[in-house]
Amino acid sequence: MTPELGQLALILALLLALAQGILPILGAWRGNAALMALARPAAAGQAVFVGLAFAILAWAFLQSDFSVAYVANNSNLALPWYYRLAAVWGAHEGSMLLWVTILNVWTVALAAFSAQLPDAFRARVLGVLGLIGVGFLAFILFTSNPFARLLPVPADGADLNPLLQDPGMTFHPPVIYMGYVGFSVAFAFAIAGLLGGELEQAWVRWSRPWTNIAWGFLSAGIVAGSWWAYAELGWGGWWFWDPVENASFMPWLVGAALVHAQAVTEKRGSLRAWTILLSIFAFSLSLLGTFLVRSGVLTSVHAFASDPRRGLFILGFLVVVVGGSLLLYALRAPKVVGGKPFALVSRESAVLVGNLLLTTAAAMVLLGTLFPLIGDALHLGKISVGPPYFGFLFTLLMLPVVLLLPFGPFLRWGGSGGGAQLRSVLLRVSVAALACAIVAAFFADGRLKAVAGVAGAVWAGTGTLLYVYKRWREMPRGRRYPAEMAGMLLAHAGVGVFVIGVLLSESLSTTRDVRMAPGQTQSIGRYDFRFDGVAATRGPNWHAEQATVTVSEDGRTLATMHPQKRTYLRGQVQTESAIDPGIVRDLYVALGEPMDPQHLEGAWALRLYHKPFVRWIWGGGLLMMLGGFAAAADRRFRTKRQAGADETVPAGAQESHA
Amino acid sequence: MRAPLRLLCVLLLGLAGLAAAQAIDPLPFKDHAQEVRFQQLTSQLRCLVCQNENLADSNAGLARDLRHEVFEQMQQGKSDDEIKQYLVARYSDFVLYDPPLQAGTVLLWFGPLLVLLGGAVAVAVTIRRRSRRAVPATPTETGDDDW
Amino acid sequence: MSRLLPFFGFLLLVALFGFGIWWNTGHDQREVPSPLIDKPAPAYALPKLDDPAQTVSKAAMLGHPYLLNVFASWCIACGEEHPVLMAEGRTLGIPVVGYNYKDAPEDAKAWLAQHGNPYDLIVADREGRTAIDFGVYGAPESFLVDAKGVIRYKRIGPFTPEAIERELKPAIAALQRETP
Repeated sequence: MTPELGQLALILALLLALAQGILPILGAWRGNAALMALARPAAAGQAVFVGLAFAILAWAFLQSDFSVAYVANNSNLALPWYYRLAAVWGAHEGSMLLWVTILNVWTVALAAFSAQLPDAFRARVLGVLGLIGVGFLAFILFTSNPFARLLPVPADGADLNPLLQDPGMTFHPPVIYMGYVGFSVAFAFAIAGLLGGELEQAWVRWSRPWTNIAWGFLSAGIVAGSWWAYAELGWGGWWFWDPVENASFMPWLVGAALVHAQAVTEKRGSLRAWTILLSIFAFSLSLLGTFLVRSGVLTSVHAFASDPRRGLFILGFLVVVVGGSLLLYALRAPKVVGGKPFALVSRESAVLVGNLLLTTAAAMVLLGTLFPLIGDALHLGKISVGPPYFGFLFTLLMLPVVLLLPFGPFLRWGGSGGGAQLRSVLLRVSVAALACAIVAAFFADGRLKAVAGVAGAVWAGTGTLLYVYKRWREMPRGRRYPAEMAGMLLAHAGVGVFVIGVLLSESLSTTRDVRMAPGQTQSIGRYDFRFDGVAATRGPNWHAEQATVTVSEDGRTLATMHPQKRTYLRGQVQTESAIDPGIVRDLYVALGEPMDPQHLEGAWALRLYHKPFVRWIWGGGLLMMLGGFAAAADRRFRTKRQAGADETVPAGAQESHA
Repeated sequence: MRAPLRLLCVLLLGLAGLAAAQAIDPLPFKDHAQEVRFQQLTSQLRCLVCQNENLADSNAGLARDLRHEVFEQMQQGKSDDEIKQYLVARYSDFVLYDPPLQAGTVLLWFGPLLVLLGGAVAVAVTIRRRSRRAVPATPTETGDDDW
Repeated sequence: MSRLLPFFGFLLLVALFGFGIWWNTGHDQREVPSPLIDKPAPAYALPKLDDPAQTVSKAAMLGHPYLLNVFASWCIACGEEHPVLMAEGRTLGIPVVGYNYKDAPEDAKAWLAQHGNPYDLIVADREGRTAIDFGVYGAPESFLVDAKGVIRYKRIGPFTPEAIERELKPAIAALQRETP
C-alpha cells in the first residue's frame, strides 16, 4: 500500500505546486494580498508531500520492497544499506524525484529567508519556482513513475550499477543537483523582476547569495564527479569532455559569469539586462543538461533509458520555460542604460571581458557537444568531437581569463585612476611568474606545458596574494577581508591551484601497461612497484581477485596497494583501482587480466600511473566552492536595506538604448 | 560518468564477462617514447564499439585488435597521420576525436570565434558608450562597500 | 531587435532537438556509415570454415555478386538475424557467404549445426584482421559485393524481413539490371 501513498503524495504535491505557481503570480498582478500570501503555505505543503514521497521511496529501498519495479531494478538483498539509500537516485525515475526534492529544499529555504522581500516580489519568485515544480512533477507522474509496481514480485532485485557503488558517486548526484536546481532561484528572481518591472539593482542584491551558493554546490558536484571518474573508472583520467560532463560544465561556466555580473549590477547598477539574461541562461543550461542526458538525442553515456516520450516532454517543458522567459526578456528587459558610467580601464570592463570569455567557452562546449547532431541534421556524416577539440579551444579561451585575473581586484569601479598601482602589479606578477617558470624549466626537462602551468598559476596566485597583502596593510583589523571579498580571493586562488594541477599532471604523468609475474618489479621514475601476487577476497555483494603491489622509493617502502578486479552478483566485472595519494603526486595501480586465464598465480597485466599534482585539480575546484559559499555568507546580504539605496534609477529615466 | 554505457554496450554485444574491465594491454614497446606516442595516439581515436570510449581505454575486442594494429604500424615506422588515414579509410572520420578541418566542420572550428568576435563587438560598444559618459575621477569612493 | 536574438537562437536549438528526437526513433545512433560503399572491397584470402586448407580470395569471387554476412556464435544479435537468413537467404538469387568473425571454428560449427546453415560458403577470420579492412565493428554486418568486387551496400546490425524487402532486394535488383 505504501508505494501508492508515495504516488498520491506526488499527485498532491503537483496540485499544490499548481496553486503555488499560479495564484500568487495572479495575486501579484492583481494586487490581491490574500492570493500572494498563499505562496508560502503552498510551497511548504508541496515540500511536505514531495519529502514524503522521497521518504517512501527510500523506505521501499531500505525494506527491499521488490514489488516496486524501480527498487527491483536497482537494488538487491545483498546490497549494503548505504548503497540501497544511494540507489534511490541511482537511475532515471529516482533521480528526477531527487531533483524535485532539492527544488523544494531551495524553495523552502527561500520562503523562510525572504522576509525582507516585498510581498509582490516574493509571491512572484515563489510562483516561478512553483511552476518549475509543476513541470518536473508532471514529468515524473506521466513518464517516469518511481512507484510503478512489478508483478509478479521477484524474490530478489537486480543490482545497482556497480560503478555507482562508490562513495564518490553516492554524493555526486545530490550535490550537483543542488547546483543545477540552485540556479532556479536566480532564474526565479530574474523572471519575477521582469514580470514586475522591479528595480534590478534591488533584486540582484537579494539573489546574489543564492547564486553564489548554487555555483559553489555545482563546483563541488563537478569535483565529486571528476574524482569518481578518476578513482573508479581506472583510466586515471579526470575529465573526458563527455556530453554528460559537458552538460554540467556549461551551467558552471555561465554561473561563473553570472556571479561576476551580479556583483557589477548590484554595486554599480550596470549590466542589468546582461545579468538577467545570464540568470536565464544558467538555469536553462541546467535544464538542457537534463534534456541531453535523458532524451537520448546524443550518443550519450548515461544508463538512463532513452525514451522519445520523455525527450518530447522535456523538450516541451524547455520550450515553455526557456522560450517563455527569453520572450519575456525580449519584451521587458530594461531598455535603459542604468547604473554608473565606467571607463575603459575599470573593474566593470574587466568583468565584461571575463564574462565574454566564459560565455563564449560555454557556447563552444555547447556547439561541440551538439555538433554530431548538427552533422546528422545537415548530412555532414558522422563526426566525433572529443577532448582534442574541447581541450584546445578551452585553453585558448581561458588563457586571457587567467591573465586578467590578478588585476580584477586592483581595478577600481568606474575606473578612475590607479594606473600606477596596476603597473606595479603587472611588474610584480610578471617577475614572479617568470622566475618560477625558469626554476620550473629545470625540473620539468623543458616540457613547455608544465612550465606554462607553473607560470600561469604563479601569475594568478601572486596577483591574489598581492591583493591580500594590500588589504592587510591598508585596512584596520576586522575590516580587512569582508566575507564577499574573502570568497573572491579563495575562488581566484582556486584558479591558480587548478591551473597547476591540470598542466602539471597532464604534462608530467607517466602511464605504463606492464606484464608482471609475482616478485617482479617495474619502475616509474624513482618509484619501484613490486607485484606480490593475487589472492581471492570478497565483500558484501562481490568477490574479487586482489593484487598486492608494494611501492618503494630508493629501497624505502612507501605503500602497499591492493587493486582489485571485482565480480558483482550479476556477473558485472568492475576494476577497483588502488591509489596512494600525496600532495605532490598520486601513485595509482589498476589490475587487468591474468596473462594466462588458467594460471591466476602467474603473471598479470597491470597499469601503473605516476600522477604529479593531480590532486591540485580538485583542490582548486574545492577552493572555488569555498569561495562561492564564503561570499554568500557576507553580512551585507543579510542586512535589510532599502531597495536600490545606492542609486535609484527609475525605469525610463535615463537615455534609452540605441 | 561514461561508465554505464560500458555495461550497456557489454549487454548489447553479448560480450559479458569479456569487457567491463578496463583495457590493460602490455605491449612490447621499443622504448618509453614510443609508448607515450602510442598512448597519445590511441587516446585520440574513438572506439566504434563502446562509442564513448577511446581506443586506449576500451576493452572491447575490436578496440584491442585496432590497438594492436596501431602498434604494428608504429613498429613499421608509420607516422601518426598515416595510421589515422588507415583507420579513417576503413571506419570514416568517426574514429577521430580530433575532427579534421573540412567544409563540414568549418562551423565547428570557427563557430566559437564568431561568437567571440560578435561578443567582443558588443562589449566594445558597451564600454565605449559607457566611458563617454564617464564623469571625471571621483576618488571619494573608498568605502568598504566599494572595494 | 537584438533582444530577440537569444530567443531566435533558442528556437534553432529547439529545432535541432526536435530533429534529434525524430531522427533517433528511426536510426540507430551507434551506426557509423561505412566509407567503403561504392569502393572496391579489400583484397582478402580467408580459409574456409569447414576446410581450412582451402582459401577463398576476393579474386576468386569476382564475376558474380554475393552477400557477405558477418556472424559469430558469441553474437546475440546474430541469433536474432539467423532465422531471417534461413527463411530468406535462398530467395535472394545471389550466393550468401558467411563471414565467421573472431570465433572458434568448433563453436561456429556447433552453432550452425544447432540453428541451421543459411550459407553457400563460409570463410573464417579467426583473428579479425581482415575484418578491419572491411571496417567491421560488430556483428552482424552484411556487405553486398558486386560482380566487379565493389561494395554496393552495407547493413549494420541484424537483417529483418522488412529490411531485406526495403533495402537489400532493391539493391540486388539494381545490380542485376546493370549486368544482365
